[in-house]
Amino acid sequence: MQTELYSSVVWILVLLFGAFLVVGMFGDRLKARASGAISTLAILAGAVISYATAWSYFFNDGMIDGKYQMFIPFQMEWLRFADTMAINLGIMIDPISVMMLVVVTTVSSMVHIYSFGYMKGEDGFERYYSFLSLFSFSMLGLVLATNLFQMYIFWELVGVSSYLLIGFYYQKPSAVAASKKAFIVTRFADLGFLIGILALSYYTRTFDFVDLLTGSEAAITGMAGQTFMGLSVLTWVLVLIFMGGAGKSAMFPLHIWLPDAMEGPTPVSALIHAATMVVAGVYLVARLFGIYVMDSTALAVVAFIGAFTSLFAALIAVTQNDIKRVLAFSTISQIGYMMLALGVSGYGGEDGLGFTASMFHLFTHAMFKALLFLGAGAVIHAVHSNFMTEMGGLRKYLPFTHITFLIAALAISGIPPFAGFFSKDEILAAAWAANPLYFWTEWFVAGLTAFYMFRLYFTVFWGENRNYEHKPHESPASMLFALVFLALASAVVGFIPFSHYVTSDGFPFETHLHMNIAIPSIAVAVVGIAIAAWMYMRPGKIADRMASSMPGFYRLSVNKFYIDELYLWVTHNIIFKGISWPIAWFDRHVVDGSMNGIAWVTRQTSEKIKRLQSGKFQHYGYAMILGAVAFVLLVLYWNA
Amino acid sequence: MIEGIGVTDILVVSTAMFFVGVFGFLVRKNLITLLMSIELILNSVNINFVVFNKYLYPDMLQGYMFSLFSIGIAAAEAAIAIAIILNVFRRMSGINSDQVNTMKY
Repeated sequence: MQTELYSSVVWILVLLFGAFLVVGMFGDRLKARASGAISTLAILAGAVISYATAWSYFFNDGMIDGKYQMFIPFQMEWLRFADTMAINLGIMIDPISVMMLVVVTTVSSMVHIYSFGYMKGEDGFERYYSFLSLFSFSMLGLVLATNLFQMYIFWELVGVSSYLLIGFYYQKPSAVAASKKAFIVTRFADLGFLIGILALSYYTRTFDFVDLLTGSEAAITGMAGQTFMGLSVLTWVLVLIFMGGAGKSAMFPLHIWLPDAMEGPTPVSALIHAATMVVAGVYLVARLFGIYVMDSTALAVVAFIGAFTSLFAALIAVTQNDIKRVLAFSTISQIGYMMLALGVSGYGGEDGLGFTASMFHLFTHAMFKALLFLGAGAVIHAVHSNFMTEMGGLRKYLPFTHITFLIAALAISGIPPFAGFFSKDEILAAAWAANPLYFWTEWFVAGLTAFYMFRLYFTVFWGENRNYEHKPHESPASMLFALVFLALASAVVGFIPFSHYVTSDGFPFETHLHMNIAIPSIAVAVVGIAIAAWMYMRPGKIADRMASSMPGFYRLSVNKFYIDELYLWVTHNIIFKGISWPIAWFDRHVVDGSMNGIAWVTRQTSEKIKRLQSGKFQHYGYAMILGAVAFVLLVLYWNA
Repeated sequence: MIEGIGVTDILVVSTAMFFVGVFGFLVRKNLITLLMSIELILNSVNINFVVFNKYLYPDMLQGYMFSLFSIGIAAAEAAIAIAIILNVFRRMSGINSDQVNTMKY
């Protein structure tokens, strides 16, 4: 085992954090391009180390006795609570963390390069790059965590970097509101995560993944006997931890922050809100999968929330008009797929197909969704608008963007041989094996996905040719490089035999294409694309007529099923009026009132007795002498 | 010690001086007179120091020393008091103690 290589993974974290500090503290004295270059070099070095690690792990020495092992090449003690309980910081090398290492560094490198073109001339260019470095550092720290607490620390750090980057255009009130919303919603979900971590560690006496997943099965089964409010403690713990994951991964009903997060710069949306941070929830469930499989209730919750969210978000995506919001809802929907796949998965061998499929989809989705966002960024860069109504006919002006966007759209729609087809096929197969209802839901969502992606594609690149004030121009080389690289990735990563490398129990197994699954899913995708082409390829009124034929559904979908309004209503009428207002009343009248009452009584009393102070010092002399005499008499009396 | 005069006689004198001083302090209005009353009080205490030292511990000196110390303090106090009285006179054009009545709420 190449310990030196694996421990060098620490250097990725050190380099990225160093880049954050240098660019963050001295960025204003450096040239903008120099600070960008520092961050980019750091992440590129990280990518090289990650690729070397992945190569070595998967092809040379990760497998011992036919099983991919968990290695901890570096670990240090950070906080010691008790003799048996300490929080460590370290790095863990196992199939999913190595896979995430590759995903994060690849997408992050591409986003760094792309941003040279996209963010050129923006105010705060170096601030942007320092935050990108901070984000990459935190995300990799999360991925490599050896224990739940380290994961939680970095979990919050990615939340902070996401907040900072969503609010990058801080002069814009909507961006500020969106960043606050994202932070508060995810922080609320993290409350569940924290309670889950504490409860889990209370019963198992450990934070370490290695102990949780392999060593102390007895501790966890011992915990299964405990119940709380009619459900076993294990279920509670896992559902609470899933709540944290659902917040980060924008699962219903905690998804409301992600569409608003599109206020951030587009490359940030590609990196954080499509490819890496939002899949942290999926990663969390996958990381603790060995525990999740012990509790079927918790897994059923994961599966149901995943399936429902994927359908729900796809229905909204169909009617959105902001190009980035369509992609945001599409991201929510695709993460729902991953959650569902985890929820229906079993443990070990062929049963673990769902787990493998979920990780596979995470991998392919990171590539094609980052590409979609970067392509959308290129379009926005050319047209200076987010709205599809102001776009059309762009294929003539942006040929490279057009082709790469098409590849990504085909990939997400599940058209072979692009990446999304293979991972989606595995997810559908896993869903079919578990529950045909889930299969048909996801099958329908696959059709919706193809429809809304091609609605986007046809409206932007075909359709009516708008009279652009400035002729749209193709993006600079740095942006095109990232687009082409990710397009190649989206085209080929589907051919990776994922089940040979990433499985629920570490033992590789063989998968094959499921023809009975693949044919209906390709069919539904093609139907979706065909309807989109019929409605949007030529300028016309078909779409408007469709919308007016289903006014109820259309209005629900455009308004995102009024979930935001529901939250506002609940916040205002139940939390503010029902809880906060009485508490504020109590504070103002009872707590403050008793203090003010004491002060009032004191003041009134002193008002009454202040006449005793005449100001004539001879009166004071009288009082003093009388007091002295009285004192002497008293002493004499008591002693007598 | 003067023949025929006992310790009681001297203590009677000092007590009388003390109460004369107190009475003067409480009833007179002229600030200078008040100061003189305070001197009477202090001096009655000095007499006590000397007498008790003489009759109880004739071979020691503490009582004498204390009375000397007290005289020194009284001198300093008189200087300060007269300075205050001068200022009161300038400010209120008089040295009647009833005029000095602003030390209240």
